[in-house]
Amino acid sequence: MKILVGYKRVVDYNVRIQVKPDGTGVVTDGVKLSANPFDDIALEEALRLREKGVAEEVIVVGIGPADLTAHLRNGLAMGANRAIHVVAAEAVQPLTAARILLKLVEKEQPGLVIVGKQAIDDDANQTGQMLAALWDRPQATFASKVEIADGIAKVTREVDAGLEVIEAELPAVITTDLRLNEPRFIKLPDIMKAKAKPIDTIELATLNVESNNHLQTTHYAAPPKRSKGIMVKDAAELVAALKQKGLL
Amino acid sequence: MSKILVIAEHLNGKLNPSTARAISAALAVKPETIDVLVLADNTDAIAAEAAKINGVSTVLTIARTENAHPLAAVLAPQIAKAAIGYSHVFAPSTTFGKDVAPRVAALLGVAQVSDVMSVESSHTFKRPIYAGNAIITVEADTNHTVVATIRTASWPAATNGAGNAPVQALSLDVALPSHTRFVELQQGKSDRPDLQSAGKVVSGGRGVGSKENFEIIYKFADKIGAAVGASRAAVDAGYVPNELQVGQTGKIIAPELYMAIGISGAIQHLTGIKDAGTIVAINKDAEAPIFEIADIGLVGDLFKLIPELEQALT
Repeated sequence: MKILVGYKRVVDYNVRIQVKPDGTGVVTDGVKLSANPFDDIALEEALRLREKGVAEEVIVVGIGPADLTAHLRNGLAMGANRAIHVVAAEAVQPLTAARILLKLVEKEQPGLVIVGKQAIDDDANQTGQMLAALWDRPQATFASKVEIADGIAKVTREVDAGLEVIEAELPAVITTDLRLNEPRFIKLPDIMKAKAKPIDTIELATLNVESNNHLQTTHYAAPPKRSKGIMVKDAAELVAALKQKGLL
Repeated sequence: MSKILVIAEHLNGKLNPSTARAISAALAVKPETIDVLVLADNTDAIAAEAAKINGVSTVLTIARTENAHPLAAVLAPQIAKAAIGYSHVFAPSTTFGKDVAPRVAALLGVAQVSDVMSVESSHTFKRPIYAGNAIITVEADTNHTVVATIRTASWPAATNGAGNAPVQALSLDVALPSHTRFVELQQGKSDRPDLQSAGKVVSGGRGVGSKENFEIIYKFADKIGAAVGASRAAVDAGYVPNELQVGQTGKIIAPELYMAIGISGAIQHLTGIKDAGTIVAINKDAEAPIFEIADIGLVGDLFKLIPELEQALT
């Protein structure tokens, strides 16, 4: 089977982002961009399933501007067979992303779609679930273990109460949690090989995806700052300070 | 006027406190009605608890054997059908709500507002992005149902006791898929307060050093009646189970007192505790980033300081 992997480019997780003083957005010019960490985990899992013989082909999908190609080459260097670049000038909301992925699912007929549980820029945690709904297929979100046999994915999910195990008939959508795996590093010869791998470019407008403008972001603000704290010199002083606040 | 449907979260026949927090956010919309929807195999006890929460108009129940476990693929089509006629559908932003709500939104063909931290008006909300490093104001289209998950750390639980809402069974004609099946839930057993609703939380990090050493954290937490949490580093190192993780990818909490012990304070961890009332940091590294947001800091060896703290308490 084929595995489709959502592969979003985001501001690198180590960057301390700044809100623009006029409240129109966050500063992204000149800021380091990387693959969404959860998507690296999604790609790693797809590659491992290919290495186990569960899948034959791994396709990375990116939605974004023309310069997204370099990011998709990273996914190819990590080991994906090919990439699909849906060219969109503006950032798309999760529902639109899910509708785009559904078009690609209809075209490619994958046995599995793996996406990160959330992108670390919008922190929405929606796209995988929305795709599963539109596709009318199972979803296994927040996966920390995936076993596939006889057309069924047995997935361990990280839920608030502990670990939940579910079975999903394929095709299905899996979203990845941090503990699913440790993504591999990209080696130099693989970067060279990736240059020869195909990237299909599709203009968003040609996919006839229903547009969705149900949500408008009207303002960006920095979070309120906590007031400066105090340092105490020993345990007794700490206990006294907490008792004074009525906390102990 | 707004009509809000709140999806109840429950486990082992008990209502999860996150539901009352989602009801608080619903109250902030000042709606005409707030109905709570309970989906379970046996809804009686859960519905009775929900009916007591102040502000609830009606508790709607869908009792089906298929609803015995919270499978999003099974619950979402029922919720989407029950949502007809409502202006808003709210679910708590817990792993339950995050799993099911986007599936409902997609079935309704609408966008979702994730992690609502404040309600500005019936269709205007604030939510965090970039791990809480920016807060955005979003406006939802008034012509569509608003599907939202409610950031539990931002809302107190709605008060309970005076409410006496009628309970009404819903019968919906919805075909349910069989392609997703529940196998088991491996639950961490604990008699300690629940991490997400506790007033006090004591968290340990990599500095605790081992699973055995974590006993010192448990013991101290028990002494002050606190829940136990952990940083991702402590979870990854196998010191504690993953459901104790606090942070962007774990639980986001807002206790009155948060004590971070042996936690350096990575940005992803700080996201989980930003709304805590008082943050105490105990760390041997005076340069640790946790001290930048701590209200009270103490530099020193936790293995020496915790016994001293216990002594000072007696």
